[in-house]
Amino acid sequence: MTVNGHRLELKKRKKLLSSDRIMPIVLAIFAGISILTMIGIVIILLTESAGFFRQVPLLDFLFGTKWTPLFAGSQQAFGVLPLVAGTLMITGIASLVALPIGLFSGIYLSEYAPAKVRAVLKPLLEILAGIPTIVYGFFALTFVTPLLQKLIPELSVFNALSAGLVVGIMIIPMISSLSEDAMSAVPRSIRDAAYALGATRFEVALKVVVPAALSGIVASFVLGLSRAIGETMIVAMASGGLANLTWNPLESMQTLTAYIVMVANGDTSHGSVEYYTIYAVGMVLFVMTLVMNLLAGYIKKKFREEYR
Amino acid sequence: MKQTDLIRRIRIRKNRNSFFRTLFLASTFVGVVALAVLLADIFVKGIGWLDWDFLTGKSSRIPEKNGIYPALIGSLWLMMLTAPLTFIIGVATAIYLEEYAKDNWFSRFVRMNISNLAGVPSIVYGLLGLTVFVRMFYLGNSILSGALTLTLLVLPILIVAAQEAIRAVPASQRQASYALGANKWQTVVRVVLPSALPGILTGSILSLSRAIGETAPIIAIGAVAFTRAIPDSLLDSFTALPVQIFSWASMSNRDFEHVASAGIIVLLIVLLSMNALAIFLRNKAQRR
Repeated sequence: MTVNGHRLELKKRKKLLSSDRIMPIVLAIFAGISILTMIGIVIILLTESAGFFRQVPLLDFLFGTKWTPLFAGSQQAFGVLPLVAGTLMITGIASLVALPIGLFSGIYLSEYAPAKVRAVLKPLLEILAGIPTIVYGFFALTFVTPLLQKLIPELSVFNALSAGLVVGIMIIPMISSLSEDAMSAVPRSIRDAAYALGATRFEVALKVVVPAALSGIVASFVLGLSRAIGETMIVAMASGGLANLTWNPLESMQTLTAYIVMVANGDTSHGSVEYYTIYAVGMVLFVMTLVMNLLAGYIKKKFREEYR
Repeated sequence: MKQTDLIRRIRIRKNRNSFFRTLFLASTFVGVVALAVLLADIFVKGIGWLDWDFLTGKSSRIPEKNGIYPALIGSLWLMMLTAPLTFIIGVATAIYLEEYAKDNWFSRFVRMNISNLAGVPSIVYGLLGLTVFVRMFYLGNSILSGALTLTLLVLPILIVAAQEAIRAVPASQRQASYALGANKWQTVVRVVLPSALPGILTGSILSLSRAIGETAPIIAIGAVAFTRAIPDSLLDSFTALPVQIFSWASMSNRDFEHVASAGIIVLLIVLLSMNALAIFLRNKAQRR
């Protein structure tokens, strides 16, 4: 090799080295965007709702039973409980629909379905999962509510029941696919052992597979509920705009999410106390879903059955 | 135990098994039936209102004269901005986590944040976008604010998909590349990425279709519901398909139900063709 060629070779190697030195840093900066996003969310929720809590005491906000921030003067009340109740009502109704149906279809897909049936059903459930929530909201308002009104005449046009039912339908695919994943991860050998003892398919599913996959199944439930808590458009469209502390799902109830959309969509002036309410409400929503997500992660990690 | 007893018990257990098989199958069909009813309902309500005038027209107070053109253009703008932004940031993050990151506080913190961000409700991203992009950066209620907000929202979906795709590349391919004298970055760009690309593309199309269907964050950053203006720069105000549908669905005049349904059909067609594209790309890459 000539001297010149040698030099070129060295230059090339230097370039190689520098790309290995620079690129990790560049990539790490991009990866840092996720951290910035999370920190950004926490900071804006804290600083902007600080403007709200300067005017409304924290305890009045957390335990007040009347939520009328958009009313005039002395009629204004800032108790968040009606919104929390609305959120829990919708989530409760949704989980009555989605937890059993999601789990059962997860069991069917993992334990019973022949490969051909699975190949048809799974994509269909994926399509269901991919439908935008605005479409579900429209469906709840213009199809489910009129249908339910035929069965229950006293049902109001905006009501928690049909919103909750449709939120439930929306999270079925999520629970079904996550719990199916958990059950599919249970090794074949322990199923075969149960079959060898003469167990039926149902007994294998109920007494072997479900207990073994329980941590994953419970985690899928918690994630599904967290999704229901955060669901916005279905409730904004179908459950109405009345912050209503009630046990009656036939009435209109407003959720935390629907309130934020209503104010953001309206013409509340920036800087007013009404405007800052959306950050205080957003804070409650963020904390609720974050706790649920951390819980799901904890359950999955802590109670996982390890098979080797 | 007598033999007849045994036979009886076996029959009970078998009956129980077939009962539950039917129950589980029926449960699976609840989702499928709901999907069918939903699509049929919207199709019946909307198909008669879907014509060329609807695709090229603008919104109006008269139901029959409504069109979806500004919303369609708004959504296309959002897609064109969100797609490259998510792709670059998402793939870079995934490469970092899978190929470079050591197990230190930074990478653990990034991983933890990604899994928690995936569970943050979309409306909270809307509040983030409203405060940071619209107000702090003075971008206003613009397409750019919307696209940046949507990028942050769908980023976790793409990162997770890209991580899986990269993880699925066999170690032997990397070692072969090293053996030929390539350094790490060359290996990543010329060996790992090409073979992970189908998975990454599928993930990015899925995350993009999520972005296009999102309504709440776009409303939060102040997309206008009723506009006749066609945006022609990044800083213009805009409307998008889901926001337009929401505004039609909120009208008290019942005829707007049909207009909203026609809008939903357009939205679903956009989403469906994106998903078909994802499947096409995946199959093409697999055949290679």
